[in-house]
Amino acid sequence: MTPDRLRAALRGVPDPRWLDAALRRVATEPTAIPRLFATAARRCGREPLAEPPGWTVDEAARALLLTALPADHAVLADALYRQGDAAEKRAVLRALPLLPIGAECVPLLHDAIRTNDTRLIAAALGPYARHLEQPAWRQAVLKCVFTGVPLAVVDDLDGRADGELATMLAALAAERHAAGRTIPADATDLLRRLGAGSHPTTAREA
Amino acid sequence: MRIFDPHIHMTSRTTDDYERMAAAGVRAVVEPAFWLGQPRTSVDSFVDYFDSLIGWEPFRAGQFGVRHHATVALNPKEANDPRCRPVLDLLPRYLDKDGVVAVGEIGYDSMTPAEDAALAGQLALAVGHDLPALVHTPHRDKARGVERTLAVVAESGIDPGRVLVDHLNEVTVKLVRDTGCWLGFSIYPETKMSPPRMVELLKTYGTERMLVNSAADWGRSDPLLTRATGEAMLLAGFGEDDVDRVLWRNPVEFYGQSGRLDLTDLDAAAPTFAGNSILRGGE
Repeated sequence: MTPDRLRAALRGVPDPRWLDAALRRVATEPTAIPRLFATAARRCGREPLAEPPGWTVDEAARALLLTALPADHAVLADALYRQGDAAEKRAVLRALPLLPIGAECVPLLHDAIRTNDTRLIAAALGPYARHLEQPAWRQAVLKCVFTGVPLAVVDDLDGRADGELATMLAALAAERHAAGRTIPADATDLLRRLGAGSHPTTAREA
Repeated sequence: MRIFDPHIHMTSRTTDDYERMAAAGVRAVVEPAFWLGQPRTSVDSFVDYFDSLIGWEPFRAGQFGVRHHATVALNPKEANDPRCRPVLDLLPRYLDKDGVVAVGEIGYDSMTPAEDAALAGQLALAVGHDLPALVHTPHRDKARGVERTLAVVAESGIDPGRVLVDHLNEVTVKLVRDTGCWLGFSIYPETKMSPPRMVELLKTYGTERMLVNSAADWGRSDPLLTRATGEAMLLAGFGEDDVDRVLWRNPVEFYGQSGRLDLTDLDAAAPTFAGNSILRGGE
């Protein structure tokens, strides 16, 4: 994802002049961003974008506002997340991979993954999660399976999934099986790809 | 019967209530910030509470197909505690949020000078943020409390059409009816108002600017008394359209003045994540 792609996607917002002015203002007056960030959904809309898929208008507009900052991206992203409602938090998480911040905002991922808001958990597992340490990443993937978040939201799933994750998933499958329940099909598929067996009985023995 | 409960403290209710409310036709709620029973001792407690009203609680409501909005304020009781008063400086940040559709609950508890200042200051915040105001009226010394409330509202310069004066009854309704303010009635199992008494008031005063809420909280209260009131109206000869006006269109019109009420896609089923139900969350 790039800011240019988000910019192009937002050409059709109802009031493009508001967004243009907001982006210019943030570039020269970073302290203006909290109010503009809070207002962005009301001004731009909330519907899903056809392109880029998986983004909504408000997420894209807010991510663009963050990329328009001249400096201190990590500090301001942190403040906007901590003081944001759920939609603002989600937008900050989506924007992280677009910002020049290194691994500075990893604490925000930890916070999001601790919640039970599935939309925040999902948003924390995008490309920026490459900075997340492996044990925390495994727990987050397991939490996706546990709470019904589709594994398709997890960036680089197959590149990172390892034997330890397979063990954890197999244990969850065994517990569910013992209770007469199942795990989602995408988790069963992942287990199969990890070579840990596709049947709960196999998983239990694994 | 579609129901919008314009005043209910869902933080204090269980998920079972959300299920029962959704089954009874409650599709939208407004949760005003209030007192939690246990007095708070620091501003940070309010931060966590307000964050919950614009974060976790709307998510929880959404799992049952109920749309959740909030009103935010320093409540009258805690306005008397100097440790809580700095909450007033925190409010502008929350009054910018999408899910916040009014300033509230503000008003009087014991009618102290500290409450005077908090009420007037927060009415000014409502005007400054172009938001309506939800005004609680005191449980004790109520009639004089309502009179004093209306005087402060008039002095503030806020358009009375953007003010909802709540917890009214047979005595206090007369004081508010001709002020241009909206009238709120809380239907409780024993205290405040009951469905039959509410029906009598609607017969006398009509349905215009009349709102019915359950004000359900941590006390003895019932989130389904909005529905019971609608049924009592029908039994008493009111039409479906009258019920829809009181239980849906009136609250939509009042809070809609914020420009932030989002009732889109309410006919859709409970939210799903890319096709997966999220009702299993936390199992």
